[in-house]
Amino acid sequence: MNTPTGPAVPGSPGGPPDGSAAPGEPLLSVRGLKVHFPIRKGVLLQRVTGYVRAVDGVDLDVGRGMTYGLVGESGCGKSTLGKAVLRLVEPTAGTVRFNGVDVAGQSREGMRRLRRHMQMVFQDPLASLDPRQSVESVLSEPLRAHGFAGDRSRRVRELLDLVGLPAGAAARYPHEFSGGQRQRVGIARAIALNPELIIADEPVSALDVSIQAQIVNLLEDLQDQLGLTYVVVAHDLAVVRHVSDVIGVMYLGALVEEASSDELYAQPLHPYTIALMSAIPIPDPEVEERRRRILLTGDLPSPVDVPPGCRFHTRCPFRQPTRCADESPDLREMRPGRKVACHWAEEIAAGAIRAAASAHDPTATEVGTPSS
Amino acid sequence: MSLSQAETVAVAPEETGGSLGRDAWRRLRRNPVAIAGALLVTLFVVVALLAPWLAPYPPDKPVGQVTPVSIPGPSAEHWFGLDDLGRDEFTRVLWGARWSLVIGVVSLLLGMAGGLLLGLLAGAFGGWVDGVVMRVVDMMLSVPGLLFAIGVAAMLGSGLDAVMIAIAVVNMPIFARLLRGQMLAQRRSDYVLAATSVGVRRRRIVLGHILPNSLTPVIVQGTLTLATAIVDAAGLAFLGLSSNDPSIPEWGRMLADTQRYLSSAPLLAVFPGLAIVIAALGFTLLGESLREALDPKYRR
Ligand SMILES: Nc1ncnc2c1ncn2[C@@H]1O[C@H](COP(=O)(O)OP(=O)(O)OP(=O)(O)O)[C@@H](O)[C@H]1O
Ligand code: SF4
Ligand SMILES: [Mg+2]
Repeated sequence: MNTPTGPAVPGSPGGPPDGSAAPGEPLLSVRGLKVHFPIRKGVLLQRVTGYVRAVDGVDLDVGRGMTYGLVGESGCGKSTLGKAVLRLVEPTAGTVRFNGVDVAGQSREGMRRLRRHMQMVFQDPLASLDPRQSVESVLSEPLRAHGFAGDRSRRVRELLDLVGLPAGAAARYPHEFSGGQRQRVGIARAIALNPELIIADEPVSALDVSIQAQIVNLLEDLQDQLGLTYVVVAHDLAVVRHVSDVIGVMYLGALVEEASSDELYAQPLHPYTIALMSAIPIPDPEVEERRRRILLTGDLPSPVDVPPGCRFHTRCPFRQPTRCADESPDLREMRPGRKVACHWAEEIAAGAIRAAASAHDPTATEVGTPSS
Repeated sequence: MSLSQAETVAVAPEETGGSLGRDAWRRLRRNPVAIAGALLVTLFVVVALLAPWLAPYPPDKPVGQVTPVSIPGPSAEHWFGLDDLGRDEFTRVLWGARWSLVIGVVSLLLGMAGGLLLGLLAGAFGGWVDGVVMRVVDMMLSVPGLLFAIGVAAMLGSGLDAVMIAIAVVNMPIFARLLRGQMLAQRRSDYVLAATSVGVRRRRIVLGHILPNSLTPVIVQGTLTLATAIVDAAGLAFLGLSSNDPSIPEWGRMLADTQRYLSSAPLLAVFPGLAIVIAALGFTLLGESLREALDPKYRR
């Protein structure tokens, strides 16, 4: 495998945008991020009748070289969160700091330059490629846009090699590839400018199961070779489990739990995570024998009408008569490295509060399987 | 080297490769409907271009004797017979193609240019520009097409120019809305977000990605609009809103002029009617198969 030669772009390749990050500060730091999409009604005078609260107050930190796994059901706002970090959608509130730089304070041109260091891999590989563009053109576009001084077609071949595509792919068009190959092209584009951070938005969910592992392996290899920092989005825990250092569990636009991958698996604390986890088969037969599958009742609420109080209380099998329906739990540090947004997390962890009997109803809907 | 040796790129054979355009062309060539449409369109265009050389008689001079009660039908010298003024009907149908083509193309180009400009403004800028343009477009679209054209033509005082402008005005909002809708849809698409995030500048994104990907339906709509423009032009002429120079052989006008003789010479209405149908059908078939060939959904 070639070692990547950094593109001779003005400024140090992959280096910090302006080096203003304090030592020890995470590469990416998100505080109170909200993205609310207005719902407009009326033909002549468009009135705003409500908001889709796609992202509704998210805090997270991603350390350099780390992989942050973001998990949640379809429609909970994962893609919107990713796009808001890159300011591909405009956040409604909150701050995003990348390498110590406030992303919201950037001009259009400043943003354009800053995005060189943060890239995205998209959920639908075909939709992420212009049908009229050959792979050569897709991959040389970022180089041209940032004034790459070297031999562009050599760099394109280098990128193809990095993602495991033959040089001949350069002359081909997106519709001529399989899903997995298209996603490789998308990944090649994302690494073209030697970024530091890559947000991989469900990079494998549109692909055949047989190909998913190859793409995940490719992402891991590239991380080792290029020293990348990842935010990997997925709608089920199985995909992010092995690649993530830290996992954040998202529900209706907000994080409900965050922990290191190992700890989250050893002991999920939030009722939503507990339910998600109970849907994953455990290889240890003894454990599998003893544990009970917890199924969630009721439908996923719409992000237009987020339930008051705890946003999970309409479906929570551990719901208590006090606090749950009227007091919104913050994402708090319950113990070092364990953050959870539940009033009763301690009692649930200690076994003092048990899941309601109806949670074991076999007719209830199961989480963890995409609803669509 | 843990990468994907398993998933080697099974690059498609040469025959199925290539750009969007080449791919569409290949499928177009294999579609019998497209070929039928193309044949009809070719027939129409060739006749229109070569009418002066193909026509056996002058289009505006009587070449035989007619009275209102005896209008000679088809014969060896006059394949379609004579019209009410003793002119050769076959010659006039051939020349009519010429007028139809001119009116159709001119009004299409005018309408498309105006519409695309409005759509481009709305689609590229969005915001209040979009709001204003689209309100106007919605208002124009709320009036039924032919009625609108009649109104405009009548306002302009009839004549060939009036007909062409009227048809152009009617088509303008259709193109504006089409292009604007396409551009807005493309603007939100993932590949535009991807281009933005790798640093492609906005102007290049609009002109290099959004616009070319929005034009396919415009080409299709243009072909289909030629069909309706020809029919509308005939309709306006039939209603007497076109040029009142009787020497101009125009299909709609020929229909109108001969309706008094429907009982004695019914074929005089059939020939120009058939000509209108053939021309309109050709462009419609071609447009529909273009739509199919260019639609990415029909690709593998
Ligand atoms: N541009 C937009 N305008 C209005 N609503 C939007 C927009 N984009 C997303 N939404 C809504 O915001 C919510 C979150 O969408 P998002 O795509 O971020 O979810 P997701 O977690 O990525 O889901 P999936 O797993 O299906 O990709 C959804 O209800 C969606 O309908
Ligand atoms: S706060 Fe109450 S409703 Fe919310 S997760 Fe905890 S127990 Fe369930
Ligand atoms: Mg998504």
